[in-house]
Amino acid sequence: MGNKKRDLILSLILAAVVTALLVYVDKEQHYSMLASVIQKASIYALLAVSLNLLNGFTGLFSLGQAGFMMLGAYTYAILTIPLEQHASVYQYFNGGIVNICLPAFVGVFAAGVVAVIFAWLVGKPCLKLKSDYLAIATLGFAEILRAIIQWEVLGPVTNASNILKKFPKFDSILTPVIVCAFCIFLIVLLINSSYGRAFKAIREDEIAAEAMGINLAKTKMQAFLTSAFFAGVGGALLAMFQASVQARSFTSAMTYEILLIVVIGGIGSVTGSIIGSFLYIASSEWWLRFLDDSQTYLGVNIPFMRGGFRMVVFSVVIMLIVLFYRQGIMGTKEFSWQGIIDFFKKPFAKRKRKAVEDNG
Amino acid sequence: MHTATYYIDLLLSGITVGSLYALIAIGYTMVYGILRLINFAHGDIFMMAGFFMVYVSASMPMAVAIPVVLVMTVLLGVLIERAAYKPLRSAPRMSVMISAIGVSYLLQNLATYITGGLARPYPEISLLKKTLAVGTLNVKIITVVTPLLTILLVVALVLFINHTKTGMAMRAVSKDFDTARLMGIKVNNVISATFVIGSFLAGVGSILYFTNYGQVSPMIGAMPGLKAFVAAVFGGIGSIPGAVLGAYIIGICESLIKANDAIAIFSNAFTFALLILVLLFKPNGMFGEKLTEKV
Amino acid sequence: MAENVLHIENVTMQFGGVVAVNNLNLDVNQGEIVALIGPNGAGKTTAFNCVTGVYEPTNGKIDFLGETIVENFPHGKMKKLYAGENMGMYSNVVSHTPDVITYKGIARTFQNIRLFSKLSVFENVLIAKHMRAKQNFFSAALHLNRAEEKRMREEAMALLEEQGLDKYKDDVAGSLPYGLQRRLEIARALATDPKLLLLDEPAAGMNPQETQELAVFISEIRDKHNLSIFLVEHHMDLVMNISDRIYVLDFGKLIAQGVPAEIQSDVRVIDAYLGVSEDE
Repeated sequence: MGNKKRDLILSLILAAVVTALLVYVDKEQHYSMLASVIQKASIYALLAVSLNLLNGFTGLFSLGQAGFMMLGAYTYAILTIPLEQHASVYQYFNGGIVNICLPAFVGVFAAGVVAVIFAWLVGKPCLKLKSDYLAIATLGFAEILRAIIQWEVLGPVTNASNILKKFPKFDSILTPVIVCAFCIFLIVLLINSSYGRAFKAIREDEIAAEAMGINLAKTKMQAFLTSAFFAGVGGALLAMFQASVQARSFTSAMTYEILLIVVIGGIGSVTGSIIGSFLYIASSEWWLRFLDDSQTYLGVNIPFMRGGFRMVVFSVVIMLIVLFYRQGIMGTKEFSWQGIIDFFKKPFAKRKRKAVEDNG
Repeated sequence: MHTATYYIDLLLSGITVGSLYALIAIGYTMVYGILRLINFAHGDIFMMAGFFMVYVSASMPMAVAIPVVLVMTVLLGVLIERAAYKPLRSAPRMSVMISAIGVSYLLQNLATYITGGLARPYPEISLLKKTLAVGTLNVKIITVVTPLLTILLVVALVLFINHTKTGMAMRAVSKDFDTARLMGIKVNNVISATFVIGSFLAGVGSILYFTNYGQVSPMIGAMPGLKAFVAAVFGGIGSIPGAVLGAYIIGICESLIKANDAIAIFSNAFTFALLILVLLFKPNGMFGEKLTEKV
Repeated sequence: MAENVLHIENVTMQFGGVVAVNNLNLDVNQGEIVALIGPNGAGKTTAFNCVTGVYEPTNGKIDFLGETIVENFPHGKMKKLYAGENMGMYSNVVSHTPDVITYKGIARTFQNIRLFSKLSVFENVLIAKHMRAKQNFFSAALHLNRAEEKRMREEAMALLEEQGLDKYKDDVAGSLPYGLQRRLEIARALATDPKLLLLDEPAAGMNPQETQELAVFISEIRDKHNLSIFLVEHHMDLVMNISDRIYVLDFGKLIAQGVPAEIQSDVRVIDAYLGVSEDE
């Protein structure tokens, strides 16, 4: 059968299997570590892909992601806290001045929109800066936003430096997975469109791109806004996952984390960002936890395994990838059924060739 | 209204912090001038120097500990350059910056792991803790020593850059990397010298800062590092006096803002707002040089 | 009398205190191949960059198909420094970014090839189609513009076939041999549907045979795509072979212009290139 048909069928089978597994985990192991990792990894996958769109595909080194996540998280939380809970959440501000409560999915969409608005304001001056200065300027804007949100004067809206909580959470683990999958799907559609190619052209050679009719300012802004929209949505989803929102946690360290995930997966590969995200979250939250516990093997106490060791191991792994394996896990390649089939065919193809040579 | 003493206190506090930013900023501006790299890990070298002192001074007298810590800091800086930046010298700019972020991440996690995440008290340097009576004020010796020592080191550095062969080599490399190489300048040595100087100053800065501040924690280097970089951009990349001036301006303004409860939350944001204004209106900084790209 | 396509009038480009192009006057008419030659550093690429919007000339005007696309006069800091001629002749400022100028119908290639080297050959040409596609961000991002996408791909493919590059279509652009990379750059420029094609040293690095093939090739595309061509070049054989008219630049100033036969025997041109006069 034709390749396209085969790919479609294989993808549908995969989707069905994954969905079945997720439904199972949702029912039987709802509060397990696995469920938690699946949700967080999906959200981080979306965040990583949104950052990759900007850094990896368009070549714009922006470090402001945490700022847009924060805006998204706050927008969602503020708009969806049930009215009767306002008094207790905004206890230092007399119940605050927000008087509306919207359904969760409207809140998530609004999160993206608010992030876009701020991205437009930030992008206008920043996008014409050189790459290193763009990085620092976007980082700076994120920090400024963080200070503004914590400002006492805005307390009635943002609760200043206090936590926002009591907003709707996920009822099923399928929700974040489906939402993130859908968003990533939209981003992939964009990358494979004429605009996606324009982004890549800018990454390759700005001057040539401009000479071929691509308006740099406009196109860079399109990439920036799209990335910010999905970062905002990701921030809202993160809020739903954590059930609490506080400006203090949206530091530049969070942006670095996502950046490092993108690097691990491969700058310029959506598949890589997804894989990198799952590997990172699973390792740091779950599998490598053992590195943090004092261990005794055969009665000998391994002295260096204690709290914090897993982060050290992880940091070393990242440095190794950055230095020796710069293209990351996937390089710039994407998932394809043909690629997987070829991967398994390789050893057999070699043996076949050798047999032909021997007999020939 | 507050008394004059109050404002003088704020000013002195600002100058102290400004001196620290100045010492760190020099490292940033020199490295950026030569490698076009924002060394994100530089602030964390300053933090590591603080921890070096905490552990080293426990087993030797202060007079020995200080030089040992400075040497260790310099070695750390050079090691980082050799291991994490040199291999990527021909790679795209983004890769090196990511490497710098990775090193910063590693140092912070390492420090968290070794100390268990808690702040450690910084050992006292008895000489610096004494106070001096100046008019009606009681000023700690450290408050006087800090800016004096900083200015002294900056002057010494500027003389070094302008009047020695190595200094000239540094200036040449920062103007045109490839041509300097073709002219026979041993670029690797120049780069190492840059990191030696930058790390040394960060080490001195850490001694002055932590003696005043009292404790060291793993994340303490991040913010001062970024602010020092802003100072460097403000002064103009490549200009050491500019970076120092920027550092003092930032230090003093910060001190004034922090004192006012209503806007204290903006003390960090102020620095970044300054950065953005500079990047938009005077991208080469107040004293920097213009760079052009050939089409 | 062929209609005028490009009209460069009194263009002076001054960088700080250095006058790179001094009062250039040059015309390209419909269907012509016009060459701008001169020793290295004469200011040829600078002149190109003024036409394509990369540089803003210090003084002067450039018209394309009757429309003024570039105009400037010395003001601000430049007013005191200006060392060129015709000061006070112009009073408007007309300036566009390169992408706008490309949209108006001027395409170019680069002296040092600027391909999207990590992308495929096909993508390189396809990207140049983005500018004129009838779509907006959302219709394209959501793949609602299937018809346009199909048209762009077909046109890009046709261009590749015309240049003999179709069998390389999925290869990484940077992996092509040098000569083919130059062809690809030209194909990419043609994909923007230009009326005027600017070629910046298209024969650089080619041997005599390749140069000969290039000459034929340039004439062909001029005929096939109904273009006018303005080229900057060093290779005398190529220039003398295909140009309808030649302009000679030396130290930023025009020292001669005319048909190839006239230029070949012009003493000033020979002097400029060789630096010595006949009686040496």
